[in-house]
Amino acid sequence: MIRLLSLACCLVAALPVLAAEIKTRDRRSGFDFMTPSSQDMQRDDMLNPGMLWVLEGEALWQQQAANAPSCAGCHGDAKDSMRGAAARYPAFNDRLNRPINLQQRINLCRSENQQQPAFEPESRPLLALSAFIGAQSRGLPIAPPEDARLAPHLENGRQFFKTPMGQLGLSCAQCHDDNWGGRLAGAPIPQAHPTGYPIYRLEWQTLGSLQRRLRNCLTGIRAEPFDWDAPEMVELELYLMKRAAGMNIETPAVRP
Amino acid sequence: MNLARLSFPKTAKKGEIIEIRTLISHVMETGYRPDATGKVVPRDIIRRFTCHYDGEEVFRADLWQAIAANPYLSFTTVATKSGELTFTWEGDNGFRHVESGTITVT
Repeated sequence: MIRLLSLACCLVAALPVLAAEIKTRDRRSGFDFMTPSSQDMQRDDMLNPGMLWVLEGEALWQQQAANAPSCAGCHGDAKDSMRGAAARYPAFNDRLNRPINLQQRINLCRSENQQQPAFEPESRPLLALSAFIGAQSRGLPIAPPEDARLAPHLENGRQFFKTPMGQLGLSCAQCHDDNWGGRLAGAPIPQAHPTGYPIYRLEWQTLGSLQRRLRNCLTGIRAEPFDWDAPEMVELELYLMKRAAGMNIETPAVRP
Repeated sequence: MNLARLSFPKTAKKGEIIEIRTLISHVMETGYRPDATGKVVPRDIIRRFTCHYDGEEVFRADLWQAIAANPYLSFTTVATKSGELTFTWEGDNGFRHVESGTITVT
């Protein structure tokens, strides 16, 4: 009887643990789940194809638009001005009264200060600029802003992460909180920390944003992905960055 | 636009074996993939890469559809004399990109 009771206690105790968030000390970057050859590819700038976008972004940073300043015209040397910027986004935007991600910030700057049409989502110049800006935060810890206005959005993101979706009825948390380290169709399940975006993904054979990756996951569970830069997507990005707070930025990361 | 990255020693001793590494931005579209509408995307690949050392060809590679996007090539040569290293990538749709750098041999 006592044995049965203790077994029941164990089961009850085990259940919440299963659905718990990952402890800070157990957090691991997707980098740790890769093969040594993919890790080498990320470590060595000559091997890392993501560096091609960083270089392209560096050129765009200097490029002058007609009758408008270049990025460098206002922000100067990105090494100083953009250091840590990618580690702070998504951040709350006063004018839009909602959180925006780094790509949206770039596009806002472009339309407001450079009087240029916004870059298309996932377009090469937008990826190049975000890779270049992201690379300025390489090695710095992710530091989400302490902003009370972000709190409700962060909570929405957390709910999104835990809500079963799609025809397969899976939530993000079921794979990335409960079953990380396991395998899905032969591939390791990582913890889903957005430490290296935009990433060079070998499967894509190109550089892609966090939203592209999230859309992949959504179609994978047979859910209809949200539109680019939909508030839901930005809120999920916000939660993922909070979840990875303190982990180091690896942009441009390489992933399988 | 910065299309390619090069890496090789700026100086070397005569007779020394030097490693040359190159990375270039290219889609390497195979010509086998359908796009979102089902139409096959035409092939667009780099077909040949050559490296000239002071005018003399020291390395050449033919590239094919099975080679990944943004191809990375690494090879070695013997440092014989100071001079220019010229790298040429040529491919479909008239693609041609040339990069160069100098090496000092002592």
